[in-house]
Amino acid sequence: MAHQSDLIAEDILGYLKSQEEKSLLRFITCGSVDDGKSTLIGRLLWDSKLIFEDQLAALESDSRKVGTQGGEIDFALLLDGLQAEREQGITIDVAYRFFSTDKRKFIVADTPGHEQYTRNMATGASTADVAVILIDARKGILTQTRRHSFITSLLGIKHVVLAVNKMDLIDYDRTKFDEIVAAYQEFAAQLNYSSITAIPLSALRGDNMIEASANTPWYSGPTLLAHLETVQVEQDAINKPFRLPVQWVNRPNLDFRGFSGTISSGRVKPGDEIVVTASGQTSKVKDIVTFDGNLEEAIAGQAITLTLEDEIDISRGDVLAPVEAKPDFADQFEARIIWMHEDHLLPGRPYIIKMGAQVTNAQISDLKYKVNVNTLEHVAGKTLELNEVGIANISTDKALAFDPYDDNRHSGRFIIIDRFTNATVGAGMVNHSLRRATNIKWQEMDINKQARAYQKGQKSVILWFTGLSGAGKSTVANLVEKKLHALGKHTYTLDGDNVRHGLNKDLGFTDADRVENIRRVGETAKLFVDAGVITLVSFISPFRSERQLARSLVGKDEFIEVFIDTPLEVCEQRDVKGLYKKARAGEIANFTGISSPYERPENAEIVVNTSDQSAEEAAEAIVAKLEEFGVLGAWYPEI
Amino acid sequence: MQPNLTHLRQLEAESIHIIREVAASFERPVMLYSIGKDSSVLLHLARKAFYPAPPPFPLMHVDTTWKFREMIEFRDRMAAEYGFDLIVHINQDGVERGIGPFTHGSSLHTDVMKTESLKQALNKYKFDAAFGGARRDEEKARAKERVFSFRTETHRWDPKNQRPELWDIYNARINKGESIRAFPISNWTELDIWQYIYLEQIPIVPLYYSAKRPVVERDGMLIMVDDDRMPLNPGEKPEMKSVRFRTLGCYPLTGAVESEAATLPDIIQEMLLTRSSERQGRMIDHDQAGSMEKKKQEGYF
Ligand SMILES: Nc1nc2c(ncn2[C@@H]2O[C@H](COP(=O)(O)OP(=O)(O)OP(=O)(O)O)[C@@H](O)[C@H]2O)c(=O)[nH]1
Ligand SMILES: [Mg+2]
Repeated sequence: MAHQSDLIAEDILGYLKSQEEKSLLRFITCGSVDDGKSTLIGRLLWDSKLIFEDQLAALESDSRKVGTQGGEIDFALLLDGLQAEREQGITIDVAYRFFSTDKRKFIVADTPGHEQYTRNMATGASTADVAVILIDARKGILTQTRRHSFITSLLGIKHVVLAVNKMDLIDYDRTKFDEIVAAYQEFAAQLNYSSITAIPLSALRGDNMIEASANTPWYSGPTLLAHLETVQVEQDAINKPFRLPVQWVNRPNLDFRGFSGTISSGRVKPGDEIVVTASGQTSKVKDIVTFDGNLEEAIAGQAITLTLEDEIDISRGDVLAPVEAKPDFADQFEARIIWMHEDHLLPGRPYIIKMGAQVTNAQISDLKYKVNVNTLEHVAGKTLELNEVGIANISTDKALAFDPYDDNRHSGRFIIIDRFTNATVGAGMVNHSLRRATNIKWQEMDINKQARAYQKGQKSVILWFTGLSGAGKSTVANLVEKKLHALGKHTYTLDGDNVRHGLNKDLGFTDADRVENIRRVGETAKLFVDAGVITLVSFISPFRSERQLARSLVGKDEFIEVFIDTPLEVCEQRDVKGLYKKARAGEIANFTGISSPYERPENAEIVVNTSDQSAEEAAEAIVAKLEEFGVLGAWYPEI
Repeated sequence: MQPNLTHLRQLEAESIHIIREVAASFERPVMLYSIGKDSSVLLHLARKAFYPAPPPFPLMHVDTTWKFREMIEFRDRMAAEYGFDLIVHINQDGVERGIGPFTHGSSLHTDVMKTESLKQALNKYKFDAAFGGARRDEEKARAKERVFSFRTETHRWDPKNQRPELWDIYNARINKGESIRAFPISNWTELDIWQYIYLEQIPIVPLYYSAKRPVVERDGMLIMVDDDRMPLNPGEKPEMKSVRFRTLGCYPLTGAVESEAATLPDIIQEMLLTRSSERQGRMIDHDQAGSMEKKKQEGYF
């Protein structure tokens, strides 16, 4: 059935023509561990005669060696291609398989059921139109069934096949099937599906996979393959307003300037008026250029190059759109986020967001709530852990152009990247933009920071003291402040411990609280700098990214990081507050240096070591450096 | 009726998107050119992606010195015709040690002249991204690989710890020394490739078409006697047979199939009616179960 052998043998050109016109369906299998996802796809490939003889021979010998079927053919081995997967009999990463029937071509992603590998499931689901959600008929709906259902729905999959599998193990019991279907429908009513098709199956035995099974006379619906061949998925990107995210500026010579990208929605013709979302500049489409000649029209999904009538400034990351239907353009928006990394999401920490060809620094400014995947209830939370889903407000350094994801599945979607490890730590979908920022106008004051600092005969900066507990931060900062005071400078010190008694007394010592702690202190220090004051901050601040966050709040030469580099052994020996002893005894959790990491600064402006230098000497060295940096001289405004 | 893209046009657009994304995101990308049919398609797609400009990166062929002569002729002809910037890299160290498949066996030869040689070349030119023409339908380990596949400073792939890859948004961030292997035709099948070559009239090495060629049979494989470096066993005599190749590599390691298919439709017809996969003709995959994954971890394409 897969290969129309007769047509191929008799009329290969006719066959090729018929192939060209087939539609393409992308689907996934998902669900809980061992529900039979890989077996189901293996069986489909097998039954559609897509297994070559050499692969079959390999499958037979593999099944004997590592199969789960006592030497019988283990179809899952056709999919589980990694050594570790075969050894453990589970799927770890998504596998892509390709097959076709007379009616359609299919790209199927077989995803892992294990919770630990949910990110790989999301990878497979992001490009799918249909999800086949498997359920082991003996076990019914499990947490992973709900989690996967929720994620597919978040990612915008509208059509679900509820594959109630392993019916052979429950004697093809109709009552049980009906119960499972009813329970699932009740759960799924809260999700955004437009169709749910339930099919009783045995992936292993082949019941209702391709042919209607004699074991389920009570079931009159389609077989799995028949359903996949006919299910209609929305192809409506083409009816949405035109969007071209510019990926590449094509400039082979002075006479040609083209803007290349893949049309994410709508259509475009020469003569259409377009606007560059960020700059608001407008022009008209001159030509749609391709290797195969200029086009009269291009539609969503095509990778093209546009030339314009006017010379306007456009670069990678710009989004071209119709003048009358521009996308949102905002630096604050609400999004749903799937977290994909062992390191938790920390509000306030700077991350990188990549949305199409747009890349910017961003922060999760407010985690509004998490969603319990089992009950879909909203729960409060300060962080997102691996595989958790939450709704958050995000603020970006640069405004981004997007449409809400639910309006256009090809827009308003982004990945979150860790700035230091470069790992992809999360994925997000925009719900809507937040217009708050545009309403609060920044008050431009006549008397500004420069004026205030000038009056004091100094340059206002943050002196950020970081180091382990007991390193000597407060002692040294105190001495430095005394010396500056003696020199007639205006100073103020924000001490970690003191601030925790007031401004930050609601915060604990979890990673999330530490970030918030630093953010508040950073913002406060920034106000002092604005007031023209030399501001000393003495904080353990163990995380590089949090110090980076504080640094990013003020101007480039307004932040001076002072690393009090005292070795852990020395600090522990001193143990002025007796904290190390308690931490070692396990009485204090998350203690920096013992049970929580301290990330050493790599580029601190000033480094002092109090184990081979007295606090007095260290303070003198720091003041000398400040002299050198020009902080202590009167600073003349540039105007 | 709405005009929709056929599946080949969808695949084409996806590949062009990936190629442009790599060019825009990396400082020194390179396209690995293996001269086979998949490379021919990849090159064609790269020309489309940047038209009317030429592709903004060089092509590199890692030459093991044991490729079919017709492959090398084809490579040089294409380079001259399209005017692309071609780098040919040979592991001179291996040449000096006299490494070859007949004397050292397929696995050592492939290690030194292909895998090692590729790493040498990537280091030498400091490429931070390399395009490859691998497809997911070729092999079970490839079916698992990302489009942007991260490699460590020592060019290793960690299959158990791949970056999530959602939609068409690719994470191109790497630290110094690390690199990305990019696979724009990941989602194409062998049939898609042939059909596209046919539709777009893409030139391919003549070895894919059937012709009378001198072959000997060894371990059940038909090996073509491409030059006089091939030692013949006692009693072994090359026979002229009508053969062609489904995949191309080093001639001593690549099995021919007996065939009369002399046109593209013939080839496609034969492929669809055959019962063995294309990689069967490659020796390295048979060596050991999971060998492709292992080779890939070590830096093979
Ligand atoms: N009796 C019976 N066994 C089945 C059926 N489908 C799958 N199995 C068995 O269930 C076990 C798990 O199957 P897999 O296909 O590996 O499950 P999976 O859902 O892919 O598992 P993960 O990917 O690790 O989450 C194997 O031993 C299969 O042979 C079925 O319909 N009937
Ligand atoms: Mg599986």
